Amino acid sequence: MPKLTINGIEVLVEKGTTVLEAARFFGIPIPTLCHDDGLAPASACRLCVVEARRGLEAKSKLLAACSLPAEDGLVVHTNSARVQRARQLLIELYVATCPSSKRIQDLASAYGVHECRYEAEHETCIQCGLCVRMCEQQMMAGAIGFAGRGADRHVSRPFDKTSERCRQCGACLYVCPVCELRCAGPAAESTLCNGCLNFAPVCFQSYNDAMCFLDPCHACELAGPLRPDVKIKTRANATVLSGEKQ
Amino acid sequence: MPRLMSVEELESFRAELRAARDPKRPCLTVCAGSGCTAAGAHDVLAGLRKMLEKHGLQDAIDLKSTGCHGFCERGPLMIVWPEGTFYNQVVASDASAIVASVSNGHVPVEKLLYRDPVSGKRVIHEEEVPFYARQQRVLFGNNGKIDPKDIKDYLHVGGYAALARVLSSMSPEQIVDAVTRSGLRGRGGAGFPTGVKWKVCRENPAPRYLICNGDEGDPGAFMDRSLLEGNPHSVVEGMIIGAFALGAQEAYVYVRAEYPLACEHVRAAIDQAEEYGLLGDDILGTGLKLRIHVVKGAGAFVCGEETALIASLEGRVGEPHPRPPYPAQKGLWGRPTVINNVKTWASVPVIINRGPEWYAGIGTEKSKGTMVFSLVGKINNTGLVEVPMGITLREMIYDIGGGIPGGKALKAIQIGGPSGGCIPAKLIDLPIDYERLTEAGSMMGSGGMVVMDETTCMVDIARYFMEFLEDESCGQCFPCRKGTQRMRQILARICAGNGTEDDLPLLEDLGWLMKQASLCALGQTAANPVLTTLRYFRDEYLAHIRERRCPAKVCRELIFYEIEPTLCDGCHACVHVCAGQGILGEKGQVHTIDRAKCTRCGACLEVCQPKAVRVGTGELVCQN
Repeated sequence: MPKLTINGIEVLVEKGTTVLEAARFFGIPIPTLCHDDGLAPASACRLCVVEARRGLEAKSKLLAACSLPAEDGLVVHTNSARVQRARQLLIELYVATCPSSKRIQDLASAYGVHECRYEAEHETCIQCGLCVRMCEQQMMAGAIGFAGRGADRHVSRPFDKTSERCRQCGACLYVCPVCELRCAGPAAESTLCNGCLNFAPVCFQSYNDAMCFLDPCHACELAGPLRPDVKIKTRANATVLSGEKQ
Repeated sequence: MPRLMSVEELESFRAELRAARDPKRPCLTVCAGSGCTAAGAHDVLAGLRKMLEKHGLQDAIDLKSTGCHGFCERGPLMIVWPEGTFYNQVVASDASAIVASVSNGHVPVEKLLYRDPVSGKRVIHEEEVPFYARQQRVLFGNNGKIDPKDIKDYLHVGGYAALARVLSSMSPEQIVDAVTRSGLRGRGGAGFPTGVKWKVCRENPAPRYLICNGDEGDPGAFMDRSLLEGNPHSVVEGMIIGAFALGAQEAYVYVRAEYPLACEHVRAAIDQAEEYGLLGDDILGTGLKLRIHVVKGAGAFVCGEETALIASLEGRVGEPHPRPPYPAQKGLWGRPTVINNVKTWASVPVIINRGPEWYAGIGTEKSKGTMVFSLVGKINNTGLVEVPMGITLREMIYDIGGGIPGGKALKAIQIGGPSGGCIPAKLIDLPIDYERLTEAGSMMGSGGMVVMDETTCMVDIARYFMEFLEDESCGQCFPCRKGTQRMRQILARICAGNGTEDDLPLLEDLGWLMKQASLCALGQTAANPVLTTLRYFRDEYLAHIRERRCPAKVCRELIFYEIEPTLCDGCHACVHVCAGQGILGEKGQVHTIDRAKCTRCGACLEVCQPKAVRVGTGELVCQN
């Protein structure tokens, strides 16, 4: 059993364990956006970076805990100043990309990110790849995948048509950390108020506002919260038009 | 040709070859590397062939096309052997003079000899040309002597001798040990000690694979290309030695599809080596097996990263994956894989032939051997340069490169490809080795070296490289994908005069994040051009931001064109070329530029004979 040090504590873990699993097992929190216990690690969101030094290496490096094997002699710090700074800068970048995601806002508030120096982009996807891996590894369908490179990279269906392999199970929506209703919280001027609505994932496809790879469903057509003509109530009792963009 | 069945047969075949060739027989070698081919080398070859036939000399004088000699600036190049007379800028019509000189007792053709720009004297031999004088051409030395498509030429200059030596007298452990002692470090950029990599791979269970990384994607770099085109057997030989040392039976050469000639020559080299029994099922009768496959890359810069390259080889999307596990532990098809750069493989036979101690004697304490750079940009002698590690930038730029054209001042040198850093002119005495370049904020990279003079805007350069990297980032990991996008946006804003001083710490934070948290080396180094220009040329950023001034007069939004009335002769030339009809004034009278209509394309500047058009910056620039 490999013996490693996490935050100064020597721990023994099963062979084949990742540092993320080990840390969480011992109650040490590490934030993630692209990790799910049932899926292969993607190391894409980089939020789980930890400061790690392997055996004889002179310098420690920031490595993604989700794909870092727990090896003998590994020395890991999950919350050093360097890790904190990297996470804060990352979260700031995430907030700018998807300011309305509750998951991201919660992270911002947990890691003390109070300002965002970038212009908000309101993208509908952070390319964590959870949906792609869920579809492939758990639903055994492989009906969606990544297409394009760099700025053009996006989740897509084959030839932009729903694949025959898609069973319309909705697992892709279920795991998505960002396709939630855009926050219009109590303080409209702040994107980081943390008072957002937490709606269950809904179907957006017909509104072209977020990614949904399912056919429009009945519930969505009837009471889709993004339909501009339907008024919904926020938690702070403020009434907003759900179709409004910030 | 019957297969060579033993080391002795190889040596006796080589002896036969040498005996059959008269060392005094004249031979014309014309460089047919990509640079000289573009400059018309094939016309020269055709001209020479025609002339030889015309005089009935085709049996008395050999004619050969070789690989790149490196001095691409002066192409097409050729050498007349056995004297070694070096001609530059040859054209097809020179063929008769050359053939006449060879048949009339080798009097050099004066006008084709290289003229030393300082002394003005003509020099006869390649090594007397200042460009070559300071070089140590360990890997590229044979490029000018051999026909890359003919294995006999390679055997003639001592090729496959290192293979014969390891097969007859060395154990695999001894080879790994020799490579370790030579101090050879990966020439692809990261500089990881090759011997250590091989040792780790050997510790993991077979089957093991070898890969030659020829996916050279840096703009302006053509070292690997020239080696694969000009001396493919040296790479193949290095790989066979590697296969023996590592117990591998399958190897891959991954070449950019944009290098058709390199693919063709490597394929030909592999076929010939198999035919001669130097490759295949029973190498030189020793039972050693190796198959080398050539795979073409599909054109992604990121596929030069080893894990992305492996993914691409396996038929998956060319995206890197996290290390550890390293390819030496778990690489191609999940098996231990050694992946080395073209130049690293080609260094292996040299180390075996001349001994690891000899190799380790070149270079500095931690960086051994020679490094190949492609010297491009604002430099007199563009070309491929092979120098011992530890040479200073000053020697590189002024002694080998011949200085900056047009008497302009050197501003910066960008080393290591698009994600290398810009080293300012004040650090010109910096020795080139892995550690010193990293300390200066740059990196060795695969050896791109772009020289910039005072007319280069450093903010604009940073923006250009960031645009390239934004496009080439695979997009898999967030800090690299978004970081390059945001950096490019911020830099574009500064170039347009809309930046704020808060942008600079933001760029630094973003650069730090990308360096620390990105998944692969592309993202980790992508911020280098921005971070180094911020470190060494901060005042230029501030001039763009505070004064809306571009000191190098490059950024279009911050410059204006004007006509100096005392110089303008009213020739109307500028009026004709101005696409936006932005130049006013009758013919014969002083013209003026309407700044509201001016798109700052610079067309008027180029046509103005009396040089009355000037570029200004820093005043209030009108918006349009």
